[in-house]
Amino acid sequence: MVSAAEDMTNTASVRDSAVKLEVRDVAIRYGSDTAISGITLDVKENEIFGIIGPANAGKTSFLKALNRMNDFNSEMSVDGEILFDGTNIRDVRNVYALRNRIGVVFPLPVGLPLTIYENVAFVPRLRGIREKAELDVIVERCLTRSALWDEVKDRLDSLGSLLSGGQQQRLTIARALSQEPELLMLDEFSIAVDPVTTMRIEDVLKELKPEMSIILVTNLVQQARRLADRTAFFLDGECVEIGDTEALFTGQVKDSRTTDYIEGRFG
Amino acid sequence: MSQAQLRQTGNMPDINQRNADWYIDKIVQYLVFLSGISAIVLIVGIFVFVTIEGFGFLLEDFSFREFFLSQWWEPTDDDEPTYGILALMAGTASVTGLAMLVAIPFSLGSAIYVAEFATGKTRESLKVLIELLAAIPSVVWGFIGLSIMNPLIIDIFDVPVGLNILNAGIILGLMAAPIMTSICEDALKAVPDRYREAAEALGGTRWQVIYKTVLPAAKNGLLGGVLLGVGRGFGETMAVLMATGHAINMPGSVFDSVRALTATIAAELGETAVGSPHYQALFTIGIFLFTITFIINLSADLIVRGIRKS
Amino acid sequence: MASTGIIENQFIETELNVSAKRTENLFRILFMLMAGLLILPVLIILTTLIVKGSPIISFDFLFSFPTDGMTAGGIFPALLGTVWIVGVALVISVPVGVAAAIYLSEYAADNWFTRTINLAIINLAGVPSIVHALFGVGAFVIFFGFGTSILAASMTLAVMTLPVVIVATRESLQAVPHAFREACWNMGATRWQTIRRVVLPNSVSGILTGVILEVSRTTGETAPIMFTGAAFFIPILPESVFDQTMALSLHLFVVATQVPNVPEALPYGVALVLISMVLLMNSASIALRMHLRGKKKW
Repeated sequence: MVSAAEDMTNTASVRDSAVKLEVRDVAIRYGSDTAISGITLDVKENEIFGIIGPANAGKTSFLKALNRMNDFNSEMSVDGEILFDGTNIRDVRNVYALRNRIGVVFPLPVGLPLTIYENVAFVPRLRGIREKAELDVIVERCLTRSALWDEVKDRLDSLGSLLSGGQQQRLTIARALSQEPELLMLDEFSIAVDPVTTMRIEDVLKELKPEMSIILVTNLVQQARRLADRTAFFLDGECVEIGDTEALFTGQVKDSRTTDYIEGRFG
Repeated sequence: MSQAQLRQTGNMPDINQRNADWYIDKIVQYLVFLSGISAIVLIVGIFVFVTIEGFGFLLEDFSFREFFLSQWWEPTDDDEPTYGILALMAGTASVTGLAMLVAIPFSLGSAIYVAEFATGKTRESLKVLIELLAAIPSVVWGFIGLSIMNPLIIDIFDVPVGLNILNAGIILGLMAAPIMTSICEDALKAVPDRYREAAEALGGTRWQVIYKTVLPAAKNGLLGGVLLGVGRGFGETMAVLMATGHAINMPGSVFDSVRALTATIAAELGETAVGSPHYQALFTIGIFLFTITFIINLSADLIVRGIRKS
Repeated sequence: MASTGIIENQFIETELNVSAKRTENLFRILFMLMAGLLILPVLIILTTLIVKGSPIISFDFLFSFPTDGMTAGGIFPALLGTVWIVGVALVISVPVGVAAAIYLSEYAADNWFTRTINLAIINLAGVPSIVHALFGVGAFVIFFGFGTSILAASMTLAVMTLPVVIVATRESLQAVPHAFREACWNMGATRWQTIRRVVLPNSVSGILTGVILEVSRTTGETAPIMFTGAAFFIPILPESVFDQTMALSLHLFVVATQVPNVPEALPYGVALVLISMVLLMNSASIALRMHLRGKKKW
């Protein structure tokens, strides 16, 4: 558990850290429909960057563009620049390596039809790790961090796709953690998970901050307040404003719609 | 602690370096693409090779009039070989026609029964049995025509020869029926349940619902199924070869022996010299068969696809 | 339509209703009879073949050579020849068919080009078997110079049954939910890695169903191998794929139509062996399919 004091220090230091992800004037279109446009923001190293906003504001499309998953959808076009560690993601020579370094968790849990063990060992195996001892350590570590280890440690060879929804979501998180990502993106992860587990994972996210950058898309406004260092408010396909989370929540906003949304006047 | 120091699972891939997996993926992409176009390559290849072997005939001895309008197929005549396929076409047409007469009502009826009336175990068993019916090889059907149907027809109808249109027609009907049944069944199942529910809500009985609502809605798919059955009948070789008798003539009744286009090729190809006019003429019949079945299959597919779009 | 006891009494059968019901029952019975009449031939045929053919079936019949101008003896060379031909055809068509299906299911976009490929597959399946034979002669026997051989016959059969493998494989690949692929791609797996580790392993049984079906069809085909590699009678067994061979399906044709003075049971025996092999394989394929329907992995 990170204390409140440590939390404050972390937030302060975030302002000075290096930039992990730069997004410059990004627009995403599906055919002739524009999902989002004019998005410009930075995500710094070791920060939790929150994105809040009502449904259909383009948040999920935004995440898909960040790890170039739009490549798989011929209908989806991305304009603008996205720089990961200073390199334009459109110019990377190995896009799979890019996706390998970015972990993402979507609202719908997906347990692969492999054993639980193999679900979590998937990425380590891709990276060439074959030693069972090594894999055992990684599997246990990731499942522990995703709050699933205790429930499945005695049946690691049962099918991941047959777990309950909440368990599959934690399995998905474990897989993302097995990538040891430099950037972890969570898109409304708590939808599929019960409140107690949500709190446990929120604690894990705070622990992970020193290791990576985290983008947290959430429809639970209070979750952003608890976790995010800075938060962006997306509405109707544009980024209304970005700011220090605490500041936004205490009314220091540039746009009144932000306060309206935070205080639940619409959603 | 910096991010780099905390990483424990080694071998993080470099985003600016293509590794073995990247290249393997690209190679696989090309390989499967080549396999993917194999179907197109083969269809074109079939047409090309068959045409090449028949080309000589088309250039020299072929006369459109004689080929299509003359019933005299006498390629082995020493003085004046003739290559008229009219009688052969009549043979194919009459056998296929009778087959359709037999198969269409039975396939439709069975399809309606399986799709709309039968339930549970009966339905499953019926479907399995129909599938097994479809599996019986052509040469076995031909044998059945020779050994079982032949004496049966001679007995029942008191005719001298049992290898004729009737024999082959019934057999061909039984051969084409399973595929027609399964396609018609698919077509009926494709009609959304809400059609049936609406009609039932208006007070119709099962049959009225089917007759007035489901059948008209499925008619494209049913037509497609019939066409595919026709195509199958047209292209059948061994069964027709063994059951129609060996007389090349214009049929006058279902008890006449005839010879089909497919059977002609099968019966005579072995006795021709490669490259001879007879040999090439047989290949030309092959071109003709290919073209006809191509058109039938194309139409069937367009019709069946037409309903899936609407 | 469900009804409670009380409401039922409020509906009186009108005359219209009764006659409509009667029509329905008539048609129901009519269609049931039609379905039955379709099935009946299978049973009659099987029974006749068993009754008339089983007397001649014996270990010797299956494992010795034909004698006395094929009016006696066994069918071993024909059996072996069929195994050769089907085996080689499998070796050729399964890799190509599975790869083609992988392309169609995992890579191909939904455009006119893909539709053309699918059309070609349907047409390939619809080409008359004798035209396949002509193609085999023109392409494999003559052009590629394999001569009449097991290789030419197998390649002809491979071309003919390619659609079966492609369609069965494509269907079982497409049955794997798309979400699994996306999850793998999100983790940085390439398309091939995803296919190899997740999609293919979960489609193997479906592919197997298609392969068994292909084997069953290949075993029964006669016309495509008649002029490309199968011969009426060969006194010795084939030693390589460039040799000619006898085949079970062709053997039935030969003893039924080309050999004089054949004892009645002989062709029935051959037909019985052939149809048993085919129906057994088909049943295996069907059984596998049903078994799969029960085993849920997601």
